[in-house]
Amino acid sequence: MKCDVCENEATVFLTQIINGQMTTVNLCDACSKAKGVTDETGFGLAEAFLSQPAPASDSAAVCKACGFTAAQLKKIGRMGCPECYSAFRDGLDGLLKAMHKGTRHIGKTPRIIASEGHLRGNLSQLREELAHAVRDERYEDAARLKNEIASLQEKLDAAQKPLESNT
Amino acid sequence: MLFKTLINHPADWMQGAGPHSEIVMTSRVRLARNLRGFPFPGYSQEHQRHELLKLARPSVDALPEMKDGYSEDYAKLSKIRKQVLVERHLVSREHAARANGCAVVVDRKQNLSIMINEEDHFRIQGIRPGLNLRSAWQLVDKVDTELEAALPYAYDEKLGYLTACPTNLGTGMRASVMLHLPALALTDQINPVIKAVGKIGLAVRGLYGEGTEALGNLFQISNQHTLGEKESEIISQIEKVIERVISSENNARQKLVEDNPTMLNDQVGRAFAILRYAHILTSKEALNLLSMLRLGADLDLVPNCDRSLLDMLLLEIQPAHLQLRAARELTPEERDVRRAEITRARLQSLNGPSNVSNNQPPPVAPAPETDDE
Ligand SMILES: [Zn+2]
Ligand SMILES: [Zn+2]
Repeated sequence: MKCDVCENEATVFLTQIINGQMTTVNLCDACSKAKGVTDETGFGLAEAFLSQPAPASDSAAVCKACGFTAAQLKKIGRMGCPECYSAFRDGLDGLLKAMHKGTRHIGKTPRIIASEGHLRGNLSQLREELAHAVRDERYEDAARLKNEIASLQEKLDAAQKPLESNT
Repeated sequence: MLFKTLINHPADWMQGAGPHSEIVMTSRVRLARNLRGFPFPGYSQEHQRHELLKLARPSVDALPEMKDGYSEDYAKLSKIRKQVLVERHLVSREHAARANGCAVVVDRKQNLSIMINEEDHFRIQGIRPGLNLRSAWQLVDKVDTELEAALPYAYDEKLGYLTACPTNLGTGMRASVMLHLPALALTDQINPVIKAVGKIGLAVRGLYGEGTEALGNLFQISNQHTLGEKESEIISQIEKVIERVISSENNARQKLVEDNPTMLNDQVGRAFAILRYAHILTSKEALNLLSMLRLGADLDLVPNCDRSLLDMLLLEIQPAHLQLRAARELTPEERDVRRAEITRARLQSLNGPSNVSNNQPPPVAPAPETDDE
């Protein structure tokens, strides 16, 4: 297979579903490095060079915490600090949809956050979103939300158990 | 622990006895984690990286897993030493390229490494021999939970662990498996397999592809998505795919043995002969021949050939390992000579492929030591 950029033999192969369309990118070693696809343990940076729906925040937006600008984000595809995710929230969902399986984290949760109060708040919010999704006949979203609710309920059940001897 | 001690001890995963270790060399899981209130390393000032290091390193050093481990500030590590850590898969190439305000901490058995100030504040990596993603995950999960109690993680209820690059958001987890697929390569089936794996949202890359090809028939498969799936789901999906790739490789090996034994014996025999007697070995040649010899060992064509011997050799002949041993920088030509030297020495104990022929008189022992008549 040839590299999509320079025609050398490709050694890096990426596939992604973007806006429901499957895109395959084959790159040679040099080009993958040039594009930043060099993560030793793998990578998910196809979007670093695929034309992506850029976050819709206007490019004058700035993160108050670190001074990072939307223009910089667009240029390097990375955030300046954790707060940037709030500063550049607009349009992020579209970007994340293109990159990932979902737009909401359902994996590991730090213990402090996994506390009951937190989870209850989340659960009622999700149930509300589910109701909206069903009403709007967005069944794919509804299915996803149902899964999220189930996994959250699981966490809540776990949190409600008396604290096991956490040494 | 001293750098020297670290390097003189083979890591657990190099001893090479894990599930499917005839095909799966290693399983790795890494987590990307960051602290609230600090810019990500790529967008931070040097003094900010030093501050983070000062705050975080004691907590990392104090992890029970890191007792008697190796912990070093990058300012104190030479280029060659950093490169050696890269070749041992303990730090990433990107991390090794950084200098001030970075550190690495490795556990005694080299199963676990934590890079501080990589692209994210922390990259926690677990590595196990064979197909064993779950055990690698348990390792990093435990350490992560311990760190989370000591340090203020940047976490968002909707987006999960916040990372410098949105591609790592959510779990921050990248699980990857390194595979040796010589039979699929020999039978020209590697591209369809790679394509099929790519289609299900996993990434495949050739390891050691310095120039244009996958050297040594070593491939790495890893997840691309990190958000919207649980860690266990991601790992199950990779495991399922890897099991399929393993059975394709096994079928291809079986077919080679049955349909093309002469070609197979020829490849393995040539590989042994060159590796055993060459005086100049480029990295590319060595990797490709070692791949054939490993295949021969897996198929019992080379008696007493221990896989871990070959896997250790694969490391020893990497550029930085050669230079560390020489205690100086070496030109590529010098490296090729030393690479051949070490390879000859390591293979000395082997008798070579057994089935040179089935019903002919036993082979005459080669006499390479006599100079000339
Ligand atoms: Zn290229
Ligand atoms: Zn920011």
